[in-house]
Amino acid sequence: MKSIRIAAGQGFWGDWLEAPKNQVRQGPIDYLVMDYLAEITMSIMMKQKRKNPEFGYATDFVDLMKEILPDVASKGIKVLSNAGGVNPTACAKKVREIANALGLGDKIKVAAIHGDDIAGRIDELVKKGHPLKNMESSEDITSIKDKIQSANVYLGAEPMVRALKNGANIIIAGRVTDTGLTLAPMIHEFGWSMTDWDKMSTGTIAGHIIECGAQCSGGNCSYEWQSIPDMANVGFPIIEAHADGTFYVTKHVGTGGRIDVRTVKEQLVYEMGDPKSYITPDCIADFTSINLADDGPNRVKVWGIKGKEKTELFKVSVSYVDGWKAVGTLVYTWPDAVKKAKVAGEILKARLEKLGLKFDEILTETVGVNSCHGPLTDSDNSEIPEVTFRVGVRGHDQKAIERFSREIAPLVLTGPPSVTGFAGGRPNVQEILAYWPALIRKEVVEPLVDYF
Amino acid sequence: MAKIKLQKIAHARSGDKGDTANVGLIAINPKDYEVLVKQVTAEKVKAHFKGICHGKVERFELPNLGALNFLLHESLGGGGTLSLKTDAQGKTYAAALLRMEIDI
Repeated sequence: MKSIRIAAGQGFWGDWLEAPKNQVRQGPIDYLVMDYLAEITMSIMMKQKRKNPEFGYATDFVDLMKEILPDVASKGIKVLSNAGGVNPTACAKKVREIANALGLGDKIKVAAIHGDDIAGRIDELVKKGHPLKNMESSEDITSIKDKIQSANVYLGAEPMVRALKNGANIIIAGRVTDTGLTLAPMIHEFGWSMTDWDKMSTGTIAGHIIECGAQCSGGNCSYEWQSIPDMANVGFPIIEAHADGTFYVTKHVGTGGRIDVRTVKEQLVYEMGDPKSYITPDCIADFTSINLADDGPNRVKVWGIKGKEKTELFKVSVSYVDGWKAVGTLVYTWPDAVKKAKVAGEILKARLEKLGLKFDEILTETVGVNSCHGPLTDSDNSEIPEVTFRVGVRGHDQKAIERFSREIAPLVLTGPPSVTGFAGGRPNVQEILAYWPALIRKEVVEPLVDYF
Repeated sequence: MAKIKLQKIAHARSGDKGDTANVGLIAINPKDYEVLVKQVTAEKVKAHFKGICHGKVERFELPNLGALNFLLHESLGGGGTLSLKTDAQGKTYAAALLRMEIDI
């Protein structure tokens, strides 16, 4: 029976640069899939594109293609990625140039998938009766219309399947779902019907397992993490998919890390909502239907997945400017490190108040004591050797945030003793990009594929 | 009856969606799943995360994985880039849940 090997190369933009090269070179694979997009990434890319219409995609992907295109071409590997960001066409043209320069012009067919970017269509859509209401607050989008930085529909596997059918071997998409990157090759190779909801859910869950890269092969694993071997050479996950809907999670022989039912379960529950209803553009997957079993070293068998019909709606992610923030830190040491940090915070707050500055929030934390588990920790902390005092503010008055950023360093000479760690200079004042999750009817969005 | 930390019988992973954190809690040995179901209720988790979780706690059961999934609403200081917290994505809330004590 036919099977294919789909390898994950990146879990986010900024993931381990060696991983996709290792996936291509350390053993056999048929597909390399890479996720580059988080919500914040889209708005950063939008800013880059406004400055230069040739930018707005994950430049790491282009650098990677320079290195691996010869391997990809000689081994017949197909690459699927959402590295196109807000400018998949520019990214695709760049990869075409690289392929030609490497003398691989006739071996590479690049596809760019777009149609997800609706930032320029908001007025039109609202007029046509698509209010793009906030899924959480139910507000109409008109309240933030002038502050919108980006607006993208999460597309599913379909346009990628189309590109594969048309012979593309490098597929560069904008905002497609992470799971669609893995599902698309299965639909294409096995001829699965896109209304076979169990199969769509199977590919979706396979995608969920590998979309965060090594987070299913030993990385960030809370079960006996010290015993996981050779994390310096961690192998990123590979799905060995079969036409009947069974798949195996594995990695290249000789790589580090671990794949067993426990590492896979941890990834399955990551960012989970209602497990019976994992909604994607392609289906509604049921995580309570998953069967898992160890099938030899670093190999987990997954089977029997069920799902339901997809919805009539696409999810939309809109980002908009919602004020400014800044975060500063100082380090205090024994004796009484924790008390010193507390007093520094009190002094700072008193000064900010005297200046009459208005903030939406001021948050002080003592890193080393309470910054993550806060009130859950209650041990005696008087002998702690050192702590980081961390203070952040946010608000809509940019000048107030800027003034705050100048009030941290003075604490060194005007506050508690044995203080250091201010060499980084004043904290940066950052724009806050807030998110507006919304839904839109599928028929008003047209996913497009161009070839280069 | 003895008190033990959840860490002894479970492992976990957490993540974010907006201002909501999710914590998936998995029995190390599937036989302990029933202990988790009985002892780690939404109410207990809400009480455990007092001062961190300001909204409701929802619990979902995954008997096939020997796992429970908790959604902790209003737990991330606004979430996303709005949050000023060190752990704005709730990445360490899995470990925070494993601190919880249960009776066995």
